[in-house]
Amino acid sequence: MIGILAVQGAFEEHKNMLEKIGARCVLLRKLSDIPPELDGIVLVGGESTVQRKLIKELGMFDVLKKHIDSGVPVLATCAGLILLADEISGNEDTCFGSLPVRVRRNAYGRQLGSFTAIGDIGDIKNFPMRFIRAPYIESVTSGNNDVDILNVTDGKITAVRYKNQIAMAFHPELTNDTRLHEEFLQMISRNNRIL
Amino acid sequence: MNNDRYQLNKELAQMLKGGVIMDVTTPEQAVIAQEAGACAVMALERIPADIRAAGGVSRMSDPAMIKGIQKAVSIPVMAKCRIGHIAEAQILQAIEIDYIDESEVLTPADDVYHIDKTRFDVPFVCGARDLGEALRRIAEGASMIRTKGEPGTGDIVQAVRHMRKIQSEISSLAAKREDELFEAAKQLQVPLDLVRYVHENKKLPVVNFAAGGVATPADAALMMQLGAEGVFVGSGIFKSGDPAKRAAAIVKAVTNYNDPEMLASLSENLGEAMVGINEQEIAIIMEERGQ
Repeated sequence: MIGILAVQGAFEEHKNMLEKIGARCVLLRKLSDIPPELDGIVLVGGESTVQRKLIKELGMFDVLKKHIDSGVPVLATCAGLILLADEISGNEDTCFGSLPVRVRRNAYGRQLGSFTAIGDIGDIKNFPMRFIRAPYIESVTSGNNDVDILNVTDGKITAVRYKNQIAMAFHPELTNDTRLHEEFLQMISRNNRIL
Repeated sequence: MNNDRYQLNKELAQMLKGGVIMDVTTPEQAVIAQEAGACAVMALERIPADIRAAGGVSRMSDPAMIKGIQKAVSIPVMAKCRIGHIAEAQILQAIEIDYIDESEVLTPADDVYHIDKTRFDVPFVCGARDLGEALRRIAEGASMIRTKGEPGTGDIVQAVRHMRKIQSEISSLAAKREDELFEAAKQLQVPLDLVRYVHENKKLPVVNFAAGGVATPADAALMMQLGAEGVFVGSGIFKSGDPAKRAAAIVKAVTNYNDPEMLASLSENLGEAMVGINEQEIAIIMEERGQ
Protein backbone atom coordinates (compact mmCIF):
# COMPACT_ATOMS: atom_id res chain seq x y z
CA MET A 1 0.00 0.00 0.00
CA ILE A 2 1.30 3.44 -0.98
CA GLY A 3 0.39 6.37 1.25
CA ILE A 4 -0.24 9.65 -0.56
CA LEU A 5 -0.06 12.76 1.59
CA ALA A 6 -3.48 14.39 1.05
CA VAL A 7 -3.58 17.35 3.42
CA GLN A 8 -3.58 19.84 0.51
CA GLY A 9 -2.61 19.97 -3.17
CA ALA A 10 -2.62 17.71 -6.21
CA PHE A 11 -2.94 14.30 -4.52
CA GLU A 12 -5.74 12.94 -6.76
CA GLU A 13 -3.44 13.24 -9.79
CA HIS A 14 -0.79 11.01 -8.18
CA LYS A 15 -3.44 8.53 -7.06
CA ASN A 16 -4.91 8.29 -10.57
CA MET A 17 -1.50 7.76 -12.12
CA LEU A 18 -0.36 5.13 -9.61
CA GLU A 19 -3.64 3.23 -9.85
CA LYS A 20 -3.38 3.29 -13.63
CA ILE A 21 -0.10 1.38 -13.40
CA GLY A 22 -1.48 -1.09 -10.88
CA ALA A 23 -0.57 0.26 -7.42
CA ARG A 24 -2.88 0.38 -4.42
CA CYS A 25 -3.03 3.74 -2.67
CA VAL A 26 -4.42 5.31 0.46
CA LEU A 27 -4.92 9.05 0.96
CA LEU A 28 -3.39 10.36 4.21
CA ARG A 29 -5.43 13.23 5.66
CA LYS A 30 -4.81 12.56 9.36
CA LEU A 31 -2.82 10.30 11.70
CA SER A 32 -5.40 7.48 11.79
CA ASP A 33 -5.28 7.22 7.97
CA ILE A 34 -1.67 5.97 8.08
CA PRO A 35 -1.64 2.16 7.91
CA PRO A 36 0.85 0.30 10.15
CA GLU A 37 2.74 -0.93 7.07
CA LEU A 38 3.51 1.44 4.20
CA ASP A 39 5.33 0.29 1.05
CA GLY A 40 5.82 3.79 -0.28
CA ILE A 41 5.06 7.43 0.45
CA VAL A 42 4.17 10.16 -2.05
CA LEU A 43 4.63 13.83 -1.12
CA VAL A 44 2.58 15.85 -3.59
CA GLY A 45 2.58 19.29 -5.19
CA GLY A 46 0.74 22.12 -3.49
CA GLU A 47 1.76 24.76 -0.97
CA SER A 48 4.60 23.50 1.20
CA THR A 49 3.86 25.98 4.03
CA VAL A 50 0.31 24.62 4.33
CA GLN A 51 1.39 21.01 4.05
CA ARG A 52 4.16 21.33 6.64
CA LYS A 53 1.79 22.94 9.12
CA LEU A 54 -0.94 20.33 8.61
CA ILE A 55 1.46 17.36 8.76
CA LYS A 56 2.52 18.57 12.20
CA GLU A 57 -0.84 19.75 13.54
CA LEU A 58 -2.72 16.68 12.34
CA GLY A 59 -0.20 14.52 14.18
CA MET A 60 1.37 12.79 11.18
CA PHE A 61 4.93 14.11 11.40
CA ASP A 62 6.51 11.54 13.74
CA VAL A 63 5.07 8.50 12.01
CA LEU A 64 5.91 9.69 8.49
CA LYS A 65 9.40 10.75 9.57
CA LYS A 66 9.98 7.32 11.09
CA HIS A 67 8.87 5.61 7.85
CA ILE A 68 11.11 7.84 5.71
CA ASP A 69 14.13 7.36 7.98
CA SER A 70 13.57 3.60 8.05
CA GLY A 71 13.96 3.40 4.27
CA VAL A 72 10.39 3.36 2.92
CA PRO A 73 10.64 4.61 -0.70
CA VAL A 74 9.49 8.21 -1.13
CA LEU A 75 8.40 10.02 -4.31
CA ALA A 76 8.31 13.79 -3.83
CA THR A 77 7.21 16.42 -6.33
CA CYS A 78 7.51 20.22 -6.05
CA ALA A 79 6.22 21.03 -2.55
CA GLY A 80 7.18 17.47 -1.60
CA LEU A 81 10.81 18.21 -2.50
CA ILE A 82 10.69 21.19 -0.13
CA LEU A 83 9.29 18.98 2.66
CA LEU A 84 12.22 16.56 2.29
CA ALA A 85 15.04 19.12 1.97
CA ASP A 86 17.31 19.57 4.97
CA GLU A 87 17.89 23.25 4.15
CA ILE A 88 15.68 25.94 2.61
CA SER A 89 17.15 29.20 1.31
CA GLY A 90 16.11 32.16 3.41
CA ASN A 91 16.20 30.25 6.68
CA GLU A 92 12.70 28.88 6.39
CA ASP A 93 11.69 26.01 8.63
CA THR A 94 12.32 22.57 7.18
CA CYS A 95 9.98 19.61 7.54
CA PHE A 96 11.41 16.08 7.30
CA GLY A 97 14.96 17.23 6.53
CA SER A 98 15.87 13.79 5.21
CA LEU A 99 17.29 14.87 1.84
CA PRO A 100 20.75 16.53 1.99
CA VAL A 101 20.09 19.39 -0.41
CA ARG A 102 19.41 23.12 -0.15
CA VAL A 103 16.27 24.18 -2.05
CA ARG A 104 15.02 27.61 -3.05
CA ARG A 105 11.25 28.04 -2.99
CA ASN A 106 9.45 29.89 -5.82
CA ALA A 107 12.84 29.94 -7.44
CA TYR A 108 11.57 31.00 -10.87
CA GLY A 109 9.36 33.80 -9.51
CA ARG A 110 5.60 34.09 -9.68
CA GLN A 111 3.13 32.29 -11.95
CA LEU A 112 4.38 34.17 -15.04
CA GLY A 113 7.70 32.36 -14.46
CA SER A 114 6.07 28.91 -14.69
CA PHE A 115 7.32 26.93 -17.71
CA THR A 116 7.72 23.58 -19.39
CA ALA A 117 10.80 21.75 -20.63
CA ILE A 118 11.79 18.33 -21.91
CA GLY A 119 14.83 16.56 -20.53
CA ASP A 120 16.40 13.35 -19.33
CA ILE A 121 15.72 12.22 -15.75
CA GLY A 122 18.61 9.87 -15.09
CA ASP A 123 18.12 6.99 -17.51
CA ILE A 124 14.63 8.13 -18.50
CA LYS A 125 14.96 10.01 -21.77
CA ASN A 126 12.90 12.97 -23.03
CA PHE A 127 10.64 13.39 -20.04
CA PRO A 128 8.08 16.24 -20.13
CA MET A 129 8.71 18.56 -17.16
CA ARG A 130 6.11 21.04 -15.94
CA PHE A 131 7.41 23.67 -13.50
CA ILE A 132 4.68 25.55 -11.62
CA ARG A 133 5.93 28.25 -9.24
CA ALA A 134 8.62 25.66 -8.83
CA PRO A 135 11.58 25.36 -6.49
CA TYR A 136 15.01 24.20 -7.59
CA ILE A 137 17.92 22.63 -5.78
CA GLU A 138 20.67 25.19 -5.19
CA SER A 139 23.21 22.70 -3.97
CA VAL A 140 23.83 19.27 -2.57
CA THR A 141 25.04 19.38 1.02
CA SER A 142 28.82 19.34 0.82
CA GLY A 143 30.62 16.07 1.28
CA ASN A 144 27.61 13.99 0.38
CA ASN A 145 28.40 11.62 -2.47
CA ASP A 146 25.24 9.54 -2.21
CA VAL A 147 23.03 12.14 -3.88
CA ASP A 148 22.43 11.21 -7.51
CA ILE A 149 21.67 14.25 -9.67
CA LEU A 150 19.03 13.10 -12.15
CA ASN A 151 18.34 16.32 -14.05
CA VAL A 152 19.87 19.75 -14.58
CA THR A 153 17.80 22.25 -16.54
CA ASP A 154 19.24 25.68 -17.39
CA GLY A 155 22.05 25.07 -14.92
CA LYS A 156 19.70 24.27 -12.02
CA ILE A 157 19.33 20.88 -10.35
CA THR A 158 15.68 19.85 -10.61
CA ALA A 159 15.66 16.14 -9.72
CA VAL A 160 17.72 13.94 -7.40
CA ARG A 161 17.75 10.49 -5.88
CA TYR A 162 19.18 9.81 -2.44
CA LYS A 163 18.89 6.35 -0.89
CA ASN A 164 15.13 5.69 -0.64
CA GLN A 165 14.05 9.14 -1.83
CA ILE A 166 13.42 10.42 -5.35
CA ALA A 167 12.53 14.10 -5.48
CA MET A 168 11.85 16.56 -8.27
CA ALA A 169 10.86 20.19 -8.73
CA PHE A 170 8.39 19.43 -11.53
CA HIS A 171 5.12 17.50 -11.86
CA PRO A 172 5.13 14.09 -13.60
CA GLU A 173 1.60 13.54 -12.21
CA LEU A 174 0.28 16.29 -14.52
CA THR A 175 1.47 14.50 -17.66
CA ASN A 176 0.48 11.21 -19.32
CA ASP A 177 4.01 9.90 -18.89
CA THR A 178 4.06 7.20 -16.20
CA ARG A 179 7.77 6.35 -16.38
CA LEU A 180 8.81 8.12 -13.17
CA HIS A 181 5.93 6.56 -11.26
CA GLU A 182 6.91 3.15 -12.67
CA GLU A 183 10.46 3.82 -11.51
CA PHE A 184 9.04 4.55 -8.05
CA LEU A 185 7.17 1.22 -8.07
CA GLN A 186 10.46 -0.49 -8.96
CA MET A 187 12.15 1.23 -6.01
CA ILE A 188 9.38 -0.23 -3.88
CA SER A 189 9.78 -3.76 -5.22
CA ARG A 190 13.56 -3.50 -4.83
CA ASN A 191 12.85 -2.58 -1.23
CA ASN A 192 11.62 -6.18 -0.95
CA ARG A 193 8.08 -5.35 -0.10
CA ILE A 194 4.94 -6.65 -1.68
CA LEU A 195 2.47 -4.24 -3.18
CA MET B 1 -1.69 33.30 -24.76
CA ASN B 2 -0.43 29.97 -26.03
CA ASN B 3 -2.02 26.72 -25.05
CA ASP B 4 0.84 25.67 -22.86
CA ARG B 5 0.55 28.84 -20.77
CA TYR B 6 -3.18 28.15 -20.35
CA GLN B 7 -2.39 24.57 -19.33
CA LEU B 8 0.16 25.81 -16.75
CA ASN B 9 -2.43 28.25 -15.43
CA LYS B 10 -5.03 25.51 -14.98
CA GLU B 11 -2.34 23.44 -13.25
CA LEU B 12 -1.59 26.19 -10.73
CA ALA B 13 -5.26 25.94 -9.70
CA GLN B 14 -4.78 22.18 -9.32
CA MET B 15 -1.98 22.89 -6.83
CA LEU B 16 -4.39 25.02 -4.77
CA LYS B 17 -6.92 22.18 -4.42
CA GLY B 18 -7.84 21.07 -0.94
CA GLY B 19 -6.84 24.51 0.28
CA VAL B 20 -8.31 27.77 1.53
CA ILE B 21 -7.82 31.12 -0.20
CA MET B 22 -8.29 34.01 2.21
CA ASP B 23 -9.20 37.66 1.63
CA VAL B 24 -6.66 40.01 3.22
CA THR B 25 -6.40 43.80 3.24
CA THR B 26 -2.95 44.36 4.78
CA PRO B 27 0.46 42.63 4.83
CA GLU B 28 -0.16 41.84 8.51
CA GLN B 29 -3.38 40.02 7.69
CA ALA B 30 -1.61 38.22 4.83
CA VAL B 31 1.01 36.91 7.26
CA ILE B 32 -1.71 35.76 9.68
CA ALA B 33 -3.46 33.99 6.80
CA GLN B 34 -0.26 32.29 5.64
CA GLU B 35 0.61 31.17 9.16
CA ALA B 36 -2.92 29.82 9.58
CA GLY B 37 -2.43 27.65 6.48
CA ALA B 38 -3.93 29.62 3.59
CA CYS B 39 -2.83 28.17 0.22
CA ALA B 40 -3.16 31.65 -1.35
CA VAL B 41 -4.40 35.10 -0.41
CA MET B 42 -6.70 37.53 -2.21
CA ALA B 43 -5.36 41.05 -1.78
CA LEU B 44 -8.06 43.72 -1.65
CA GLU B 45 -8.54 47.10 -0.04
CA ARG B 46 -11.83 46.29 1.58
CA ILE B 47 -13.34 42.91 2.32
CA PRO B 48 -16.77 42.29 0.76
CA ALA B 49 -18.69 42.98 3.99
CA ASP B 50 -17.15 46.47 4.10
CA ILE B 51 -17.66 47.04 0.37
CA ARG B 52 -21.30 46.23 0.93
CA ALA B 53 -21.50 48.56 3.93
CA ALA B 54 -19.65 51.43 2.21
CA GLY B 55 -21.70 51.32 -0.98
CA GLY B 56 -20.63 53.35 -4.04
CA VAL B 57 -18.34 52.17 -6.82
CA SER B 58 -15.82 49.54 -5.85
CA ARG B 59 -12.63 49.23 -7.95
CA MET B 60 -9.35 47.34 -8.26
CA SER B 61 -7.05 47.83 -5.26
CA ASP B 62 -4.03 50.15 -5.23
CA PRO B 63 -1.11 48.25 -6.81
CA ALA B 64 1.20 49.51 -4.04
CA MET B 65 -1.02 47.81 -1.48
CA ILE B 66 -1.03 44.58 -3.50
CA LYS B 67 2.77 44.71 -3.85
CA GLY B 68 3.08 45.10 -0.08
CA ILE B 69 1.18 41.85 0.32
CA GLN B 70 3.27 40.13 -2.38
CA LYS B 71 6.38 41.05 -0.38
CA ALA B 72 4.93 39.82 2.90
CA VAL B 73 4.09 36.22 1.93
CA SER B 74 5.52 33.35 -0.14
CA ILE B 75 2.17 31.80 -1.13
CA PRO B 76 0.38 32.88 -4.35
CA VAL B 77 -1.26 36.31 -4.29
CA MET B 78 -4.50 36.96 -6.16
CA ALA B 79 -6.32 40.26 -6.73
CA LYS B 80 -9.65 41.35 -8.14
CA CYS B 81 -10.46 43.44 -11.19
CA ARG B 82 -13.88 44.66 -12.24
CA ILE B 83 -15.88 42.55 -14.69
CA GLY B 84 -14.91 43.65 -18.21
CA HIS B 85 -12.18 46.04 -17.04
CA ILE B 86 -9.38 45.13 -19.44
CA ALA B 87 -7.03 47.87 -18.19
CA GLU B 88 -7.30 46.86 -14.53
CA ALA B 89 -6.45 43.30 -15.58
CA GLN B 90 -3.44 44.57 -17.56
CA ILE B 91 -2.23 46.47 -14.50
CA LEU B 92 -2.54 43.37 -12.33
CA GLN B 93 -0.62 41.37 -14.93
CA ALA B 94 2.07 44.08 -14.98
CA ILE B 95 2.69 43.62 -11.24
CA GLU B 96 2.90 39.84 -11.78
CA ILE B 97 -0.13 38.84 -9.80
CA ASP B 98 -0.47 35.05 -9.58
CA TYR B 99 -4.22 34.97 -10.32
CA ILE B 100 -6.78 37.62 -11.31
CA ASP B 101 -10.33 37.32 -9.99
CA GLU B 102 -12.67 38.99 -12.50
CA SER B 103 -15.11 39.59 -9.73
CA GLU B 104 -18.72 40.56 -9.25
CA VAL B 105 -17.74 41.81 -5.78
CA LEU B 106 -16.41 44.94 -7.47
CA THR B 107 -18.71 47.18 -9.48
CA PRO B 108 -18.83 45.89 -13.09
CA ALA B 109 -17.04 48.10 -15.63
CA ASP B 110 -18.84 46.53 -18.57
CA ASP B 111 -22.43 45.35 -18.46
CA VAL B 112 -22.19 43.29 -21.66
CA TYR B 113 -18.70 41.87 -22.12
CA HIS B 114 -16.37 39.98 -19.86
CA ILE B 115 -12.61 40.28 -20.40
CA ASP B 116 -11.16 38.17 -23.23
CA LYS B 117 -8.93 36.26 -20.87
CA THR B 118 -7.21 34.37 -23.68
CA ARG B 119 -5.28 37.61 -24.36
CA PHE B 120 -3.51 37.39 -20.99
CA ASP B 121 -0.63 35.29 -19.70
CA VAL B 122 -1.69 35.43 -16.04
CA PRO B 123 -4.52 33.11 -15.00
CA PHE B 124 -8.06 34.19 -14.21
CA VAL B 125 -10.66 32.81 -11.81
CA CYS B 126 -14.29 33.73 -12.45
CA GLY B 127 -17.56 33.20 -10.61
CA ALA B 128 -20.41 31.05 -11.90
CA ARG B 129 -23.89 30.19 -10.67
CA ASP B 130 -24.58 27.38 -13.12
CA LEU B 131 -22.88 25.20 -15.72
CA GLY B 132 -23.62 27.55 -18.62
CA GLU B 133 -22.03 30.49 -16.84
CA ALA B 134 -19.01 28.38 -15.85
CA LEU B 135 -18.42 27.15 -19.40
CA ARG B 136 -18.87 30.65 -20.87
CA ARG B 137 -16.16 31.95 -18.54
CA ILE B 138 -13.91 29.00 -19.46
CA ALA B 139 -14.51 29.70 -23.17
CA GLU B 140 -13.33 33.26 -22.49
CA GLY B 141 -10.13 31.86 -20.97
CA ALA B 142 -10.80 31.43 -17.23
CA SER B 143 -8.53 28.73 -15.81
CA MET B 144 -10.41 28.32 -12.52
CA ILE B 145 -14.07 28.66 -11.50
CA ARG B 146 -15.71 29.50 -8.18
CA THR B 147 -19.30 29.81 -7.04
CA LYS B 148 -20.80 33.30 -6.79
CA GLY B 149 -22.14 32.93 -3.28
CA GLU B 150 -23.35 36.31 -2.06
CA PRO B 151 -20.14 37.92 -0.78
CA GLY B 152 -19.90 39.71 2.52
CA THR B 153 -23.05 38.21 3.98
CA GLY B 154 -21.83 35.23 5.98
CA ASP B 155 -24.81 33.41 4.44
CA ILE B 156 -23.88 30.13 2.74
CA VAL B 157 -27.21 29.59 0.95
CA GLN B 158 -26.22 30.99 -2.46
CA ALA B 159 -22.90 29.15 -2.63
CA VAL B 160 -24.79 25.94 -1.84
CA ARG B 161 -27.34 26.71 -4.52
CA HIS B 162 -24.67 27.37 -7.16
CA MET B 163 -22.58 24.32 -6.30
CA ARG B 164 -25.59 22.00 -6.33
CA LYS B 165 -26.81 23.48 -9.60
CA ILE B 166 -23.44 23.06 -11.33
CA GLN B 167 -23.00 19.50 -10.03
CA SER B 168 -26.51 18.41 -11.04
CA GLU B 169 -26.14 19.99 -14.49
CA ILE B 170 -22.83 18.14 -14.93
CA SER B 171 -24.55 14.85 -13.99
CA SER B 172 -27.42 15.39 -16.37
CA LEU B 173 -25.05 16.35 -19.19
CA ALA B 174 -22.95 13.24 -18.52
CA ALA B 175 -26.10 11.10 -18.79
CA LYS B 176 -27.07 12.38 -22.24
CA ARG B 177 -26.64 10.55 -25.53
CA GLU B 178 -23.92 11.99 -27.75
CA ASP B 179 -26.44 13.12 -30.35
CA GLU B 180 -28.16 15.23 -27.68
CA LEU B 181 -25.06 17.35 -27.00
CA PHE B 182 -25.67 19.81 -29.87
CA GLU B 183 -28.99 20.81 -28.35
CA ALA B 184 -27.40 20.91 -24.87
CA ALA B 185 -24.76 23.37 -26.14
CA LYS B 186 -27.54 25.51 -27.61
CA GLN B 187 -29.51 25.48 -24.35
CA LEU B 188 -26.44 26.26 -22.23
CA GLN B 189 -25.23 28.93 -24.72
CA VAL B 190 -21.71 27.51 -24.68
CA PRO B 191 -19.26 26.02 -27.22
CA LEU B 192 -19.84 22.41 -28.20
CA ASP B 193 -16.29 21.26 -27.41
CA LEU B 194 -16.71 22.24 -23.76
CA VAL B 195 -20.04 20.40 -23.60
CA ARG B 196 -18.32 17.33 -25.02
CA TYR B 197 -15.54 17.62 -22.42
CA VAL B 198 -18.01 17.69 -19.52
CA HIS B 199 -20.03 14.83 -21.05
CA GLU B 200 -16.94 12.67 -21.34
CA ASN B 201 -15.15 13.56 -18.09
CA LYS B 202 -18.13 14.24 -15.79
CA LYS B 203 -16.43 17.36 -14.48
CA LEU B 204 -15.46 20.89 -15.45
CA PRO B 205 -12.24 21.24 -17.45
CA VAL B 206 -10.87 23.47 -14.66
CA VAL B 207 -10.78 23.41 -10.85
CA ASN B 208 -13.98 24.56 -9.11
CA PHE B 209 -13.85 26.26 -5.68
CA ALA B 210 -16.61 27.46 -3.37
CA ALA B 211 -16.83 31.17 -2.62
CA GLY B 212 -19.19 33.52 -0.85
CA GLY B 213 -20.69 33.26 2.61
CA VAL B 214 -18.25 30.75 4.16
CA ALA B 215 -18.01 31.72 7.85
CA THR B 216 -17.38 28.51 9.81
CA PRO B 217 -15.43 25.22 9.54
CA ALA B 218 -18.82 23.54 9.05
CA ASP B 219 -19.62 25.83 6.09
CA ALA B 220 -16.30 24.91 4.47
CA ALA B 221 -16.89 21.17 5.06
CA LEU B 222 -20.40 21.47 3.62
CA MET B 223 -19.08 22.99 0.40
CA MET B 224 -16.38 20.31 0.08
CA GLN B 225 -18.98 17.57 0.57
CA LEU B 226 -21.06 19.15 -2.19
CA GLY B 227 -18.13 18.85 -4.60
CA ALA B 228 -16.02 22.00 -4.14
CA GLU B 229 -12.31 21.34 -4.66
CA GLY B 230 -11.31 24.09 -2.23
CA VAL B 231 -12.72 27.18 -0.57
CA PHE B 232 -12.40 30.97 -0.73
CA VAL B 233 -13.09 32.73 2.57
CA GLY B 234 -13.67 36.45 2.37
CA SER B 235 -15.18 38.42 5.19
CA GLY B 236 -15.63 35.28 7.32
CA ILE B 237 -12.14 35.40 8.82
CA PHE B 238 -11.14 38.98 9.47
CA LYS B 239 -14.68 39.97 10.46
CA SER B 240 -14.69 37.36 13.21
CA GLY B 241 -13.56 37.55 16.83
CA ASP B 242 -10.38 35.45 16.55
CA PRO B 243 -9.21 35.47 12.90
CA ALA B 244 -6.05 33.34 13.32
CA LYS B 245 -7.86 30.57 15.17
CA ARG B 246 -10.88 30.56 12.87
CA ALA B 247 -8.67 30.59 9.77
CA ALA B 248 -6.64 27.60 11.01
CA ALA B 249 -9.83 25.70 11.87
CA ILE B 250 -11.31 26.30 8.40
CA VAL B 251 -8.07 25.06 6.79
CA LYS B 252 -8.23 21.79 8.72
CA ALA B 253 -11.96 21.45 8.04
CA VAL B 254 -11.27 21.57 4.28
CA THR B 255 -8.67 18.78 4.59
CA ASN B 256 -10.85 16.56 6.79
CA TYR B 257 -14.30 17.58 5.55
CA ASN B 258 -15.63 14.02 5.92
CA ASP B 259 -14.63 13.56 9.57
CA PRO B 260 -17.45 14.81 11.85
CA GLU B 261 -15.49 14.19 15.08
CA MET B 262 -12.65 16.35 13.87
CA LEU B 263 -15.07 18.99 12.60
CA ALA B 264 -16.70 19.05 16.04
CA SER B 265 -13.41 19.73 17.79
CA LEU B 266 -12.40 22.31 15.17
CA SER B 267 -15.67 24.16 15.71
CA GLU B 268 -15.17 24.55 19.47
CA ASN B 269 -14.45 27.91 21.06
CA LEU B 270 -13.75 29.87 17.90
CA GLY B 271 -15.11 33.07 19.37
CA GLU B 272 -17.64 35.18 17.60
CA ALA B 273 -18.41 34.44 13.94
CA MET B 274 -18.99 37.33 11.57
CA VAL B 275 -22.42 38.86 11.91
CA GLY B 276 -24.38 37.54 8.96
CA ILE B 277 -27.06 39.16 6.90
CA ASN B 278 -29.76 37.22 5.04
CA GLU B 279 -30.29 37.52 1.30
CA GLN B 280 -33.71 39.06 1.98
CA GLU B 281 -32.03 41.87 3.92
CA ILE B 282 -29.53 43.04 1.31
CA ALA B 283 -30.00 45.75 -1.25
CA ILE B 284 -27.35 44.74 -3.82
CA ILE B 285 -27.37 41.22 -5.23
CA MET B 286 -23.80 40.82 -6.48
CA GLU B 287 -24.29 37.33 -7.95
CA GLU B 288 -26.45 38.79 -10.73
CA ARG B 289 -23.53 40.87 -12.00
CA GLY B 290 -22.04 39.44 -15.20
CA GLN B 291 -23.77 36.38 -16.63
